[in-house]
Amino acid sequence: MAYHRIAALVIRHLYLYRRSLPRVMEIIYWPFLDLVVWGFITVYLATFQGQMPAVVTFLLGALILWDVLFRSQQGITISFLEEIWARNLMNLFASPLTPSEFLAATMVMSLFKVTAVSMVMSVCAWIFYSYNVFIIGLWLMPFIINLVLTGWIIGVFTTSLIMRFGQEAEVLAWSMVFLFQPISCVFYPMEVLPAWLRGVAWINPAAHVFEGMRGLLATHAAPLTSLSLASGLNLLYLGAVIVWFHHTFNVCKERGSLVRVGE
Amino acid sequence: MSSPVVEVRNLNKRFGEFTAVDGISFDIERGEILGLLGPNGAGKTTTFQMMLGLVTPTSGSIRMFGLDLQTNREAILQQVNFSSTYISLPYSLTVEENLRVVARLYGMSNIAGRIDDMVKKLEMSEWRNKLTRKLSSGQMTRLTLAKALLTEPKVLFLDEPTASLDPDIAHKIRGILLEERQATGLSILYTSHNMREMEEMSDRIIFLQRGKIVAEGTAKDIVARFGQADLEEVFLKLAREQ
Repeated sequence: MAYHRIAALVIRHLYLYRRSLPRVMEIIYWPFLDLVVWGFITVYLATFQGQMPAVVTFLLGALILWDVLFRSQQGITISFLEEIWARNLMNLFASPLTPSEFLAATMVMSLFKVTAVSMVMSVCAWIFYSYNVFIIGLWLMPFIINLVLTGWIIGVFTTSLIMRFGQEAEVLAWSMVFLFQPISCVFYPMEVLPAWLRGVAWINPAAHVFEGMRGLLATHAAPLTSLSLASGLNLLYLGAVIVWFHHTFNVCKERGSLVRVGE
Repeated sequence: MSSPVVEVRNLNKRFGEFTAVDGISFDIERGEILGLLGPNGAGKTTTFQMMLGLVTPTSGSIRMFGLDLQTNREAILQQVNFSSTYISLPYSLTVEENLRVVARLYGMSNIAGRIDDMVKKLEMSEWRNKLTRKLSSGQMTRLTLAKALLTEPKVLFLDEPTASLDPDIAHKIRGILLEERQATGLSILYTSHNMREMEEMSDRIIFLQRGKIVAEGTAKDIVARFGQADLEEVFLKLAREQ
């Protein structure tokens, strides 16, 4: 792994943000709108505080954490799409850059997006709704790390599909993550799912993060079981999707389709 | 005598039933310019892409600097670069930003100095801060050539490097390539549909047809062997036989 090559790719993407309003909007505008809409819903629901305790904490916290997962996935997939749109894959993969370094660079970009979006949302939640995301305390960090990992898993998996199936699969960059939302139990507990779907949710690391967050807020008990399950599943899946990415990369090289992705 | 910089042996590439490259073998010596000629679909692009590690050969081997490309990809590609009229650099970056990224990707030192030299050499000073999307096709060709030469490669793959340039700039570019070869011992694999240019630039030419090498030698040898007036006539004869 050569760090200067990873840095080169990260700098290439950061150059894009210097003069691109749509890319800056992706970090500020959309997360802000999300927060405003959900914030008002939460304020409304808070009027029933007696029946639904801690609804503000649950919903706004869940929304901010969901955005961590979503932006983490987007950081990976959109970075790959940027190279397709720029027809730059041939320049990159005819250089000494390895597929692992390419993935590492997209992961750095993902962290950059997650950090920027989380800061925007946390500050806005505090200003507009007096909501302090740090109410969760130090447990916030392992929750965020696990959601970033889940975002990477979905991102690398989606990127592999786009690399393999080309332009027709580009829509997955925006839609794939929402396939996971119902079984991530972001805004409701796992127990509300039908029994068969609960089994599917159980193997989704994000569901354990959100379960853990609700448990922590409701009982103040350390969410060790939830975090252990989320971390174990994340590491297992991340290893698997990285192997899958390399396999797909080699298949594309054999089929000669790597240089034609996106055409 | 030193061993060749590039050694290609029995290279094959099949896509399903279609054979794009059919058992070709050739060498490129240090400082040699090898012309790769052939009609569309003859296998030139696939050969280029295999030599850049972008397409995996079905069989055969590619060795550069004595190393096998399959097992020494990073070490080889560090010393190789390419330029093609059909490939651009990211449009949303300026010319200079693109060159900076490339220089970092190849781990170059004194990046600013090298970029200044290249910009001067290829007469790009006036538009070095321009967004790449705003370049004319000729300027884009010069940028991709600058990107290729910036990393000081020992082997350069050039796919129609002067296709969209006016005759003056094209002449200057050919001069720069010959100077680089003279100064650094750069080896070049060169394709062009401009037969005069091929004759002027190439020390040796291989002619591909349906994935096979059908002629090899100096431009003069090939013209004499096919009994034609010039290389263009040879090209037309072979292309029409396809």
